[in-house]
Amino acid sequence: MVPDAEVRSYYDQPVLKAPVWRWPIPAYFFAGGLAGASATLALAARVAGNDRLARRALLNSAGAVLVSPVLLVEDLGRPGRFANMLRVLKPTSPMNTGAWLLAAMGPAAVGAAASELTGVARGPGRALECASGALGPLLATYTAVLVSDTAVPAWHEAGRELPFVFASGAAASAGAAAVLLTPGPEAAPARRLALFAALAELAGTRIMERRLGPEAGAPYGGGGRAARLSRWAAALTAGGAALMAAGRRRRTLEVAGAATLLAGAAVERFAVVQAGTESALEPRATVAPQRRRLSGAARPGARGQLGAGAQPGAGAQRGEETRPSPA
Amino acid sequence: MNEHGPRVGFFTDTSVCIGCKACEVACKEWNGVPEDGLDFRATSYDNTGMLGANSWRHVAFVEQARPVPSGDGGGSGVRWLMSSDVCKHCTRAACLDVCPTGALFRSEFGTVVVQADVCNGCGYCVPACPFGVIDQRKDDGRAWKCTFCYDRLGAGLEPACAQACPTDSIQFGPLDELRARAARRVSRLQEQGTAEARLYGHDQGDGVGGAGAFFLLLDDPEVYGLPPDPVVTTRDLAGMWRAAAAAALSLAAGVAAVFAGSRR
Repeated sequence: MVPDAEVRSYYDQPVLKAPVWRWPIPAYFFAGGLAGASATLALAARVAGNDRLARRALLNSAGAVLVSPVLLVEDLGRPGRFANMLRVLKPTSPMNTGAWLLAAMGPAAVGAAASELTGVARGPGRALECASGALGPLLATYTAVLVSDTAVPAWHEAGRELPFVFASGAAASAGAAAVLLTPGPEAAPARRLALFAALAELAGTRIMERRLGPEAGAPYGGGGRAARLSRWAAALTAGGAALMAAGRRRRTLEVAGAATLLAGAAVERFAVVQAGTESALEPRATVAPQRRRLSGAARPGARGQLGAGAQPGAGAQRGEETRPSPA
Repeated sequence: MNEHGPRVGFFTDTSVCIGCKACEVACKEWNGVPEDGLDFRATSYDNTGMLGANSWRHVAFVEQARPVPSGDGGGSGVRWLMSSDVCKHCTRAACLDVCPTGALFRSEFGTVVVQADVCNGCGYCVPACPFGVIDQRKDDGRAWKCTFCYDRLGAGLEPACAQACPTDSIQFGPLDELRARAARRVSRLQEQGTAEARLYGHDQGDGVGGAGAFFLLLDDPEVYGLPPDPVVTTRDLAGMWRAAAAAALSLAAGVAAVFAGSRR
């Protein structure tokens, strides 16, 4: 095994290119999660006969799904070419899959909400509600695949945990947003969802950060921007959940708690995206695990994951050709 | 892999690179690549820094203090490593896999090219590349990288960088021929005592299925800013989708569970 102190680089320059995505992308990850989980919440509420909650959740879903394409187009280098996303169907590109998902989800959620508000075409409206409720969980989780499907260590190595972080964040957002719009006993299931999902989000995030280990997970430790955002997200999520739990009979507290919970889920997405930027710019995070893979050693402090150590035989063979030489 | 003739490649033999940067200049001139800043980086004679949207060839300069054998017992000296880096035109190219518009495509020559009239500037290819090659041009919004001189290949010419290289450090040709030539070259160098000579990106069993542009290096790849064991990220895509499906099902189950007992 090569000790980390001996990780070499080209004048400390990054091996990878940092992601070029700006604030609309993590904002979209939040909005898409809110839209997806809200649609599922609406469907479940409808099935349970809680029409008041179903209506609020459906409106939340439609609102968030309307914002989503605006955010995505805003971040494109060539916004006028947004439709090029749909010129091919390409399963190897999670962004392409997501564009199609959003293209299906948007009209479904907006159509269902329009029907709900106007009372027009109730039958098709319910069908669209079912469709958006079924697509919702995918819209809330595919964005995790999108970022994991890159060479960035903090993203790629979190391929197994990130979908759960995003799913629980989405569920917490949907529950909190529904509570904001729904005073009274009908919001009880949304309140439960927000609380349980907030706990799951807190646990999932900690598990992800720990499993990433000292190299891929480096941005989440220390005093960098991603670490600060991650701590803020955890504090907001925990604080929001506590306020909601305390405010069951006091609407003001409950509203404050729900808003805080939403902020926590949003900040968590910004933390993940920022961690990717910091991870890409750190040559050691890229080189050290690859170097260890070549010398056939196990990763310290993190288990072999999606991207690591899949072909020990081939790795060892290649390792002979590129054996580290003292310099 | 195609009916248009053999897959072409670059074999960059860094043992004969003299760091003249003629490749960088020829590439810029032929392809009309904008200026990328003329910075004094205070590290070496490298004032390009790295590959990017506006640098499709990049000559790395590595200065190493090391013992030098000489008549009176040897002493310390300096070794220069110079290497002209370029897009690897991977067999399994992550940029091409993740591109949502199909702007990136595999050409009839086996190279990987961006169609500038299709690219919508989503930026997905940028963090996907395990070599950090492709990047977004800020004033233009689209992603750019080496095209392997697609236009010149079509006209039966070799790429501008290879033609301009005065020492044949950059060799162009059918990939199979280049691989055979590189194997001979590396074994000859090793026989002559350059034990540290090794090939990089030539192995079709590596994480990107072998590179279309591969190298003979005189030190570890990371010393030149290259990843030692790059893997195409989409190799793990199925596992990521499985995790996402499990998370999506958990989300649906969780939402259903909070209504348990509340059905009217």
